[in-house]
Amino acid sequence: MGRLLAALIWVITIASVWLFANARWWFPPGITEHAPDYDRQFMLTIIVVGFAFVVAQLALGVAVWRYSSKGDRAERAVYTHGNNRLEMLWTGITAVIFIGVALLGQRVWARLHFYEAPAGAAQVHVVAQQFQWNFHYPGADGQFGHTDPKLIKDSELNFVGLDEQDPAAKDDQVVTTLVIPVNRPVELALRSKDVTHSIWVPETRFKQDLVPGMNINVHYTPVQTGKFELACAELCGQLHYKMKSYLLVVPQDVYNEMIRLPQAGFQTRVTQLLKDYPLGISQVPPRAAPAAQQ
Amino acid sequence: MEEVTKAEAHPAEGAAHGGAHAAHAGAHHHAPPSGFIRKYVFSIDHKVIGIQYLFLAMFSAFTGMLMSLLMRLKLTTEHPFAFLAAVFPNGAPGGVMTPEFYLSLVTMHGTMMVFFVLTTAPQGGFGNYMLPIQVGADDMAFPRLNMLSFWVTFVGLVVLVSAIFVEGSTSLGTSAFVNKYLGGGGSGTIGPIGGWTGYPPLSALGKAAGPGQGAGVNLWVLSIAIFCVASLLGSLNFITTLLNMRCRGMSLMRMPLTCWSWFTTAILALLAFPVLLAAGVLLLLDRNAGTSFFIPAGEVVSDVLLPHKGGSPILWQHLFWFFGHPEVYIAILPGMGVTSHLLSTFARRPVFGYRAMVFAMFGIGLLGFFVWGHHMFVSGMSPYTGMAFSVLTLSIGVPSAIKTFNWLGTVWGGKLRFTTPMLFALGFVSLFVAGGITGLVLGQTTLDLAMHDTYFVLAHFHLVMGVAAIFGIFAGIYFWFPKMFGRMMSERWGKIHFFLSFLGVYGIFMPMHTMGVVGMPRRYSAFTEYAFLGKLHPLVLFVTISAFVTAAAQLIFLFNFFWSLRKGEPAGDNPWEATTLEWVIPSPPPFDNFAGKLPTVYRGSYEFSVPGAPDDFILQTTPDEDVPGLSHEGDGAARARGQGVSTGNGHNGQH
Repeated sequence: MGRLLAALIWVITIASVWLFANARWWFPPGITEHAPDYDRQFMLTIIVVGFAFVVAQLALGVAVWRYSSKGDRAERAVYTHGNNRLEMLWTGITAVIFIGVALLGQRVWARLHFYEAPAGAAQVHVVAQQFQWNFHYPGADGQFGHTDPKLIKDSELNFVGLDEQDPAAKDDQVVTTLVIPVNRPVELALRSKDVTHSIWVPETRFKQDLVPGMNINVHYTPVQTGKFELACAELCGQLHYKMKSYLLVVPQDVYNEMIRLPQAGFQTRVTQLLKDYPLGISQVPPRAAPAAQQ
Repeated sequence: MEEVTKAEAHPAEGAAHGGAHAAHAGAHHHAPPSGFIRKYVFSIDHKVIGIQYLFLAMFSAFTGMLMSLLMRLKLTTEHPFAFLAAVFPNGAPGGVMTPEFYLSLVTMHGTMMVFFVLTTAPQGGFGNYMLPIQVGADDMAFPRLNMLSFWVTFVGLVVLVSAIFVEGSTSLGTSAFVNKYLGGGGSGTIGPIGGWTGYPPLSALGKAAGPGQGAGVNLWVLSIAIFCVASLLGSLNFITTLLNMRCRGMSLMRMPLTCWSWFTTAILALLAFPVLLAAGVLLLLDRNAGTSFFIPAGEVVSDVLLPHKGGSPILWQHLFWFFGHPEVYIAILPGMGVTSHLLSTFARRPVFGYRAMVFAMFGIGLLGFFVWGHHMFVSGMSPYTGMAFSVLTLSIGVPSAIKTFNWLGTVWGGKLRFTTPMLFALGFVSLFVAGGITGLVLGQTTLDLAMHDTYFVLAHFHLVMGVAAIFGIFAGIYFWFPKMFGRMMSERWGKIHFFLSFLGVYGIFMPMHTMGVVGMPRRYSAFTEYAFLGKLHPLVLFVTISAFVTAAAQLIFLFNFFWSLRKGEPAGDNPWEATTLEWVIPSPPPFDNFAGKLPTVYRGSYEFSVPGAPDDFILQTTPDEDVPGLSHEGDGAARARGQGVSTGNGHNGQH
């Protein structure tokens, strides 16, 4: 019985390690500046975790394999109540490793969250609502128009409550796709109209809740162009699983060009880019915008 | 031998407690009840109450498990099933489950499992039954309070189950009453859909936030609040009993580690549940009295600007997780206690590092109160706070590693007896390591950026607080069944149950880690919308198959349990040749446990393979002079065995 259990424990251990070593089910390639550091920290942690996991399971298996009772009434186990020196040694080693990993695990976090977005970052206001993402861009003047929850009227397509009276609002664009320029920091101002949502694009190695009543500013820098799926990662109701959008990372000139377009042109351009870009990282230069050709 | 001599000395506190207890026992002596109702229903006997808790947990566990099977089915295929349409006309019209039906399964599964299984069975069930016996008391300190805490728990469960039926039931019609108070008829939902964490504003806005947010949520919150009250009553009782009612000689450091784990758990429950209770009351007020504790200003739902002002959704998360994280340890600590107890018993060795185990348990309990923020790294909480929580979180790995180390130390060099309870205890160790260690990933702020709310989290906490804890419960059931019911469970079926379950749970939860790495979000009712989730389908299918196999194995357990109740072999007093106090009394124990005379304890709980002793175990109640090899006055002075036990119960099964 002991040997069967030991064998089973080892088989499970090997299968688990294989599952993690298998490149088929792994992170998609990262597209942000911090992604390589994220992946390194993940690998380091997984190696520590994997090592501890394998050693513990191996030891358990060995104990189970070796120390089986023979059913002899006269047999006796080793009689001790422990070993304080071993105990201290073990505690010391794990404490150093765990705390060390914990400290290393703050670096990317600190870089992203302890500093304001660098000057010149592209700005997008994100307003989530049940099962829809709204991305609000400042338009040609680079200034966001005034918004007010009182003005929100989904039925009139004013999803973010944009104040039409405000001159700065005239050129603002609101679409349901997130478009950002490559190799330039982007600052997202995150808000939610109704319940808590969470913005999640696996390739960015970044996730942040959008909380009603709060305005949360985050920033990162994409370094690859392409089209990526954007999901909601915080349960927000019935159709949570369908609250989908796309992240488009486009060359800077394309971005600068489209940010000057009026709402309708911007919308058309986004639709076109969504069509042109295949899913994933891609260098395909998107077709020139119709407006620019004229 | 040095160790043995230490264990011999009677610490003064032990004697003092014995004295205090004598007075106590007089006040408590009561005749066994005769009527059916007083004996089996409204019983004040801690043993009956313990069994009631266990049955309540078993009902909840199987209900929760069935829900998880439905969830797996929904995630695996969109194929319509006629039986679903027949059983759930609202939840699965046409045989395909609706998203809100799926989410209500998520919510009810989580709530049932966490509260009514993982909190109830190990503490309410085994703790109630065994703690008084293991410390040598004739009952809990407050038997009536004990009865009350069970029945309050029962009411909580009834309210929770009723939450499934109030909303969306077409059979209730569409009267004004139903529409106003019960969330309206026929929305197709069967229960609240906010998840077991019930984050507001989703859970606070009522029907405006969509299906599954009506009356069912009120009942769901109410049920949790009721459960909190029951847990508070229970933990007060546990703490008092353990501190005041230990028998003569039962010093704290002679207690079985199970008692230490129930004690620590009770302290955690006493400090954590009031916070959840308060949060629950505030949420109920937000929902029904127009307050704004968790609802901020400027909420716009379906184009309507709500009048709420000044609330904070994050406040709920802080209150919830201030409870929620200790809750994880409330679920797992008793499993740790049982595992330590069983590994020692079936390895025929003293627990390796008993003191370290006690301190580690308290270390985990204490640190458990300072780490709740790791559930909230990406919630909008200050990133500096997140960093502090992160470092504290990883330091909790240290006492957990001490426990693992000591479990390995206990079996190392033992003479292992592979009984079913031992297999489950060994399984616990394996699963605890597998599930706990990924906390090292999730506890880092940086790594949580991608892992938060993915299947990686699901895998982590299911393995460690779900499955490992359940293995602890199974270990306890197989181990104490003979004591509780006087009969053995079938070892053969027990072992089949173990091996299938062990393999099955790894098959379910290991692949979920890699799903999480790929980025699969939790609480999605279908993976049909995203291309990056599509390639995970083989794993999704594998997990579902594993889940069904594992569930089938639980039927073996169910059969074994009920079959053994009537047909199992008679157990005798001490079938496992164990050392603690429950094994010196008959199986099942008499009404007041020790037949009117409380025992005296002469040694620690885990005296196995003591050199020189005739057997490889020495009962806690056996004085030194009764163990020939240990007697200082030589064999001639050894008196008849059993004299140390003032009950005269004897201790059959010792030879």
